[in-house]
Amino acid sequence: MKKNWPLWEVFVRSKNGLEHRHFGSLHAADEDMALENARDVYTRRNEGVSIWVVKSKHITASNPEHHGELFEPAQDKVYRHPTFYDLPDEVKHM
Amino acid sequence: MKENLYNYILGIADNSLILGQRMGELTGHGPSLEIDIACTNISLDLFGQVRSYYQYAAKIAGDGRTEDDIAMLRKERDYLNVLLVEQPNTDFAYTIARQYLFDVYHAMFLTALQSSHDITLSAIATKSIKEVSYHQRFSSDWIKRLGDGTNESKLKIQNAVNTLWTYTDELFHQTEADKAMVTEHIGVDVTQLKKAYYQKVTSLLTEAALEVPKLKWFQKGGKSGIHTEHLGYLLSDLQYMQRTYPNMEW
Repeated sequence: MKKNWPLWEVFVRSKNGLEHRHFGSLHAADEDMALENARDVYTRRNEGVSIWVVKSKHITASNPEHHGELFEPAQDKVYRHPTFYDLPDEVKHM
Repeated sequence: MKENLYNYILGIADNSLILGQRMGELTGHGPSLEIDIACTNISLDLFGQVRSYYQYAAKIAGDGRTEDDIAMLRKERDYLNVLLVEQPNTDFAYTIARQYLFDVYHAMFLTALQSSHDITLSAIATKSIKEVSYHQRFSSDWIKRLGDGTNESKLKIQNAVNTLWTYTDELFHQTEADKAMVTEHIGVDVTQLKKAYYQKVTSLLTEAALEVPKLKWFQKGGKSGIHTEHLGYLLSDLQYMQRTYPNMEW
């Protein structure tokens, strides 16, 4: 596996999207090649207007084993959603 | 029928068809998934251009023949592509060198064709130029990577450039149809592109730490239908379906 080029994560902003979204990953020798490869692999069906690439090794991910302590405490705290207010009829688009 | 215009269009289109077929041969065989897709994207760009040219040629012929007839049912001698584009995918260095040596010409040619007095050709050129600019970016990037890479990659790309160099001069030869179309302000005078072409290619090869071949004798013939042995094999692949199951559609 050491012969492979480094892995990169690809983020693409689609035509109507406001933000870049994770599209997938690919191999490339450097950032220029990563951008060109991303263009060919992920935007050939007219998906994008902007591409970001970042080396996968620069992403720090949460550990799935810590799921309990990281995420479960939020599950029973419905009061953190702003759903307990009575909205006046005049307020629209909420 | 306007014989000269018809032949002129075929001279342009056949280059894209044959090079597109060569790049398409790499489908599923590229050196990596990413490069595989890049090569087949280039192939599809070229085939898209080819359709516009052949549809126009079929209209000019006006005898019921279709774009498919023109693409699939001619004999070897009736194809007017330059020898460069029919050269095989000997290895990745050959694929890149062939692509680059053609892309530089192709971009210059289409830029000039945009000013054609024929509005259809001018429109096709305007649409294609963006695609070809990307092809050139891709191939010149790889020339630099291979030339300035490892000893092995440098050797391979230098070999490929040396071998293919002999086919570059033909790009700037004029056929009878060329001359007639230049007179009518429809065609591009390719002799005018030669100097800028070699300047551009020389500058990139130098940047890629490669030697510029010094050749005095060049191959020619493709533009008048006299091809290298490779074209026959390519056509037998390309035409197989239509020859075996005539009029087949899907």
